[in-house]
Amino acid sequence: MIASSIPTAGKAASAHRTAAAVVIGCSAGGLDALHKVLDAFPKEFAATVIIVAHIAADSVNLLPALLAKTCRLAVSEAREREPALPGHVYVAPPNYHLLIEPNRVFALSVDERVCFVRPSIDVLFHSAADAYGEQLVGVILTGANNDGAEGLKAVKAAGGFTLVQEPSGAYADTMPKAAIATGAADKVLALPALVAEILNRQ
Amino acid sequence: MDESKIQDIEIGLFLDALYQRYDYDFRNYAKASLKRRVLGLAAAERLSVAELIPLVLRREDYLAEVIAQLSVPVSDMYRDPPVFKALRETVLPLLQTYPRINVWQAGCATGEEVYSLAIMLEEEGLLERTQIYATDINDSALHKAEDGIFPVHNLAGFEKNYKNAGGKAEFADYYVANADFFRIYKRLRQKIVFAHHNLVSDGVFCEVQLILCRNVLIYFNDELQKRVLELFYNSLVRGGFLCLGTRESLRSIEEQRLFAPHQADCMIFHKNGVVT
Ligand SMILES: C[S@@+](CC[C@H](N)C(=O)[O-])C[C@H]1O[C@@H](n2cnc3c(N)ncnc32)[C@H](O)[C@@H]1O
Repeated sequence: MIASSIPTAGKAASAHRTAAAVVIGCSAGGLDALHKVLDAFPKEFAATVIIVAHIAADSVNLLPALLAKTCRLAVSEAREREPALPGHVYVAPPNYHLLIEPNRVFALSVDERVCFVRPSIDVLFHSAADAYGEQLVGVILTGANNDGAEGLKAVKAAGGFTLVQEPSGAYADTMPKAAIATGAADKVLALPALVAEILNRQ
Repeated sequence: MDESKIQDIEIGLFLDALYQRYDYDFRNYAKASLKRRVLGLAAAERLSVAELIPLVLRREDYLAEVIAQLSVPVSDMYRDPPVFKALRETVLPLLQTYPRINVWQAGCATGEEVYSLAIMLEEEGLLERTQIYATDINDSALHKAEDGIFPVHNLAGFEKNYKNAGGKAEFADYYVANADFFRIYKRLRQKIVFAHHNLVSDGVFCEVQLILCRNVLIYFNDELQKRVLELFYNSLVRGGFLCLGTRESLRSIEEQRLFAPHQADCMIFHKNGVVT
């Protein structure tokens, strides 16, 4: 089943909205955390999932395959100019920033590193905030640098819903702590509750 | 209206001003990354994007800064070594038959990649009869490229890439270095003409056997991409080669049918004889 229409945002700002997309950022310890999140999504999951994970350049090529093993949704590396489909998981390719255009097709860039990394979570989140506005869920998981904090702020500012993994339960707590410090996190949760919040927006 | 939408309007006006004032047309660049860069320009001046418009219109010295910020002059030696290996093994041998060879690198940025190519041509015995043209819209990047001076802190990575790309000697054979910088030897530098050329608005400037244009088209929208692919088609000799970036979309290539795969996994194409 493919969700064919994207509901337009209503007026009530706090109403539970269906998310059209979920963007996820992580680094150290990310593979394990990603498995825990993605493996909990049912095969009817109807949002687009877009991931930036800083993992050693050699293994990041393998990330889609690793995630696909246990995830019920299709997983692939995001390709330039490819439309972002619902119910599909996309992973940023190594060494490129991944962005989503206002018309919701993917774009890549080799712009300078941001926070010393490429792909950068901030870059993806900023562009996704523009493309999806209130229909976006931004998620920061375990990680060992500050990337993603600015991006999460942008998601929040655009009316999106923001989730951060509880730092004490995260493999590396720098990234979740930095995200929380911006004041932009709607909820800080352990992974099972975080997943439940995402599924709630289905 | 939210701030981001207002910024979008401002960016549109800013790009119009830039175009009307100087004929630099960024209106068909991919939106999301261009927006990042325009916002960066505004942040550097501590102004809104709309407030940049008077600078663009009235301060001529500001243009260089705008171009420097909007273009993305980032390059590497032998980025994606398998691609250079493929060029060396499957393209350069086919260029042997030409008495004179022209190569064009479009969007050369600071030149790392075009020097990688020059070294390869030398090792394959072709450099003597080759003229390389390296073009860009970013003049300050072009000057850096022409100087051929690069920081040594990247050397280890470059050496590794050089070997992985099938380098036949030592990377160190091609430069002199001090503690901070290394400089590509003059015999390589003098084989390259660095020139200002805008893929958006300029035309064919010579007939070439090989075009290298990696990670430039990713910044363009579909319409502009197609224009540039046509320009490449018209610049290539019969059967000439085009090498694009590893992660670039094939859609325009497939739709236009101007090029056929030569080695698709490395994004190397050749000009199609007959266009259907
Ligand atoms: C990311 S760099 C790629 C450098 C090199 N090809 C490489 O991959 O190492 C992109 C370059 O394209 C140039 N560029 C952007 N728009 C251009 C245009 N309209 N005409 C020519 N060059 C352009 C930029 O100035 C920048 O130097």
